[in-house]
Amino acid sequence: MIRNPPVNAPSALAEDPHGSGDNYLTHGRGVMSWLVTLDHKRIGVMYLVGILASYLLGGVIALLIRLELFFPEKVFLSEDKYNELFTLHGAIMTFLFIIPSIPASLGNFLLPVMLGAKDVAFPRMNLASFYLWVAGAIFFLLALVLGGLDTGWTFYTPYSTTTSSTVIAATIGVFILGFSSIFTGLNFIVTINTMRPSGMTWFRLPLFLWALYATSIIQVLATPVLGITVVLLTAEKLLGIGIFDPALGGDPVLYQHFFWFYSHPAVYIMILPAMGVISELIAVFSRKHIFGYRFIAYSSIAIALLGFLVWGHHMFTSGQSRLAAVIFSALTFSVSIPSGIKVFNWLATMYRGSIWLASPMCYALSFILLFGIGGLTGLFLGALATDVHLHDTYFVVAHFHYVMMGGTLIAFLGGLHYWWPKMFGRMYSEFWAKVGCAIIFVGFNLTFFPQFILGTRGMPRRYARYEPEFTWLHQMSTLGSLLLGLGLLVAAAVLVLSLVRGRRAPANPWGAATMEWRCSSPPPHHNFDVPPPVTDPYDYHLVVPNPAGEGYDFQDTVPTEIDLPREEPAAV
Amino acid sequence: MTSAVANEHEQIASGELGSESHGSHSGHHSPHLAHHFDDMEQQFAAGKLGIWLFLITEILFFSGLFVAYAVYRSLHPEIFVYAHQYLDKSLGALNTVVLIFSSLTMAWAVRAAQLGQRRALVGLLATTLACASFFLGVKAVEYSHKWDDGILWAREFRTTAHQHHEAGEHHGESDHPGGHDHHGDHGHHDSASLRTLSIPAALALFGTLGLTAWGFGTGRRVWGVVGVCLVLSSLSYFVGVGVGQALPPLVSQWVSGGADPHGEGHEAASIESPGVTGEMLEHPLAAGLGTGIAEPVELPVEPAGVGIFFSIYYVMTGLHAIHILAGMGVIAWLLINSAGGMYGPNYFGPVDYVGLYWHLVDLVWIYLFPLLYLIH
Repeated sequence: MIRNPPVNAPSALAEDPHGSGDNYLTHGRGVMSWLVTLDHKRIGVMYLVGILASYLLGGVIALLIRLELFFPEKVFLSEDKYNELFTLHGAIMTFLFIIPSIPASLGNFLLPVMLGAKDVAFPRMNLASFYLWVAGAIFFLLALVLGGLDTGWTFYTPYSTTTSSTVIAATIGVFILGFSSIFTGLNFIVTINTMRPSGMTWFRLPLFLWALYATSIIQVLATPVLGITVVLLTAEKLLGIGIFDPALGGDPVLYQHFFWFYSHPAVYIMILPAMGVISELIAVFSRKHIFGYRFIAYSSIAIALLGFLVWGHHMFTSGQSRLAAVIFSALTFSVSIPSGIKVFNWLATMYRGSIWLASPMCYALSFILLFGIGGLTGLFLGALATDVHLHDTYFVVAHFHYVMMGGTLIAFLGGLHYWWPKMFGRMYSEFWAKVGCAIIFVGFNLTFFPQFILGTRGMPRRYARYEPEFTWLHQMSTLGSLLLGLGLLVAAAVLVLSLVRGRRAPANPWGAATMEWRCSSPPPHHNFDVPPPVTDPYDYHLVVPNPAGEGYDFQDTVPTEIDLPREEPAAV
Repeated sequence: MTSAVANEHEQIASGELGSESHGSHSGHHSPHLAHHFDDMEQQFAAGKLGIWLFLITEILFFSGLFVAYAVYRSLHPEIFVYAHQYLDKSLGALNTVVLIFSSLTMAWAVRAAQLGQRRALVGLLATTLACASFFLGVKAVEYSHKWDDGILWAREFRTTAHQHHEAGEHHGESDHPGGHDHHGDHGHHDSASLRTLSIPAALALFGTLGLTAWGFGTGRRVWGVVGVCLVLSSLSYFVGVGVGQALPPLVSQWVSGGADPHGEGHEAASIESPGVTGEMLEHPLAAGLGTGIAEPVELPVEPAGVGIFFSIYYVMTGLHAIHILAGMGVIAWLLINSAGGMYGPNYFGPVDYVGLYWHLVDLVWIYLFPLLYLIH
């Protein structure tokens, strides 16, 4: 892509370092200027609000579930109501919260800024993505109001095809949300491919963008299969096409294959952006160049591709052939390797680095431990002999909460804390942020570690009532969940209060070297008036402490490295 | 696409081949350049990559259905062999030819846009639209025939429904010598389902007639031209319906005409020979007997679960038809813009992108046709 090389401009594109002038938040006032905005930053913020609202809703439902499970017998929920609640919890958390989470909020906000670009490739499609998310959310709320949806978020046939018609409201919601996801991924791929500045070759991208790129590949390839799956499910319910109904010549297990062909890659949609965030945090807060950049970059792509080959490990007990099961198990083990590579590279980055235990780093360190546990326990589930015992027990529940919550959510919170000053121009209270992180960490482990034990001792998942022998573990878990909820409230309060009481943020409070820290906090409407110089995103010699104590400054008033752009053939 | 052509595209896109000048501000701002792009070249490259990614998602979307097809055909080949006889190969082949031709006109339209040939562009887009309408007309005939005969998806499949079906309702075949008053080359098919299916086309016809009248009446010649194009496309649907009804009897006459040049005896030939067009075998149980008490010896026994074939058939062709409709909408939008002179050597991206989409829709049909219609 031939582009004009950047002008030798002074690097202080931090045009308003004190944030008191025009920025993307103040540029254009009024509700309509937000509702029809094409500014990726505003779209990212709107997504953030929606995503966090969904998280709150899903979280409240989770607390209701945990409260019900405090005693073996009924506390306040009937079995049917309990089933509806765990279904909604799973559906809301999966489709409304975690799949969009990092890409739609942080990704939308940061991707163009990290590229020195003015926006994503297709701003209107970006806005459409957001409104599709809203429409999907409305359908889920409709399902919540209509009630009767008790299939589990997986909508397995034949129960989903024969039970309440609320399933249709939910599947329409899923279909719409799928398109939201596809458009976001499509936008990101095109932006990274065609809108990189001259000099920013693939291996000069920040690793967060590699992660988003790999995620986008999955979004584009896998989500359409979910789309056709729910179309077939709806057609089965409405018309009786019979594809999943044995009486009409169909096969209910076929549904599971279709469903998991998307839903397994979906979990990599959830974790890859989180890993991208961690790569950024570990490097900055070790003040050391990321170790093994290419390994981390390639491992993201490897996870994206290998993730398509392992869906059968969700179906070991569904009657597949032994050969198929063995192949899926072996592939499952292989997909764990790139994740391990990342963890080793992060640890190597920290080794002999200058560790700064700022709140984002606290989250990043939590991630490494919690994702480590979650990932390792996945191996027990990937091994055939153990999976037969652990399938559909609380072990599975603990495993995926460790990776999704201990992994993605923790990384999301870390990224949110890290980029909060950039997005909103305010510093938050470091002390209380760390308190929040600590409470979350303790509460999380107290909630979910007992569940591993529950699972190995035979407690099935999705059960409203249980044998008295499991009581003390359930009670520990419930108390943990209340603590976890408290911690999350503390973290939320820390961030929200900063908007009104926080100290104004400098352009680069953390001393990072990626491009988004060159513009003011918050960024101006156009991000950059002059394209910023392209430098190594992890070279911390470029950033020195500001003499007045306002964060860090980039040293290069003259760009230190400008290559001639490496020519890429135009897209077909 | 060869790199030479790609280069030419880029040159066209950046205005090096065209004679048109860029906008008046400092020489590098085409009115079509979006503000977040550096230049038209980047915008075009982004659009191309974007549409190709979208097409990949469409392929993945259809892939689930092809997988279902593969699974069920491998498990129940006898169902597929039996059931596909209900599909009319001649109509399927006709539709295939029409769609391929529409891809030609669409590609040609892209070329016309690149060369700034406004009238050719409008005409070619209108022809593409007309072909699509024709396709849908033929499809409506196919669908309504099946619905009238109870050939629906699995749960609603009624093999006995067509036993009550009067022989006179379909054209060309009769077990009563001498023919009927319904018997005719056109075989006007008094089908309520066909009428219902045609309502949208009828509404489109009236709407576009109104648009044409308004356009010419108020001196907005461009809208008048657009209206004429859309009217012709709407009419094309009905042409498709007509041909769809007329063709099968003509084909079966031609096929069995070698054995009996007079044609009256073709009814007897059709009963005995399962290899002719699907229309003949639409009523295997009723053929020759009228009441379907016993099955003709020559025809295979209907296997259990036949409906699953038609479930797959309806979902695949139905989803494809939805994509045709969406494509028609976008092509109509292009037509309106083209009539207003929006596209030329400096800006033809949208025509190019829609062309790619249309080729994919055509490609999907090229797979559907043999998989559904040409099973042996």
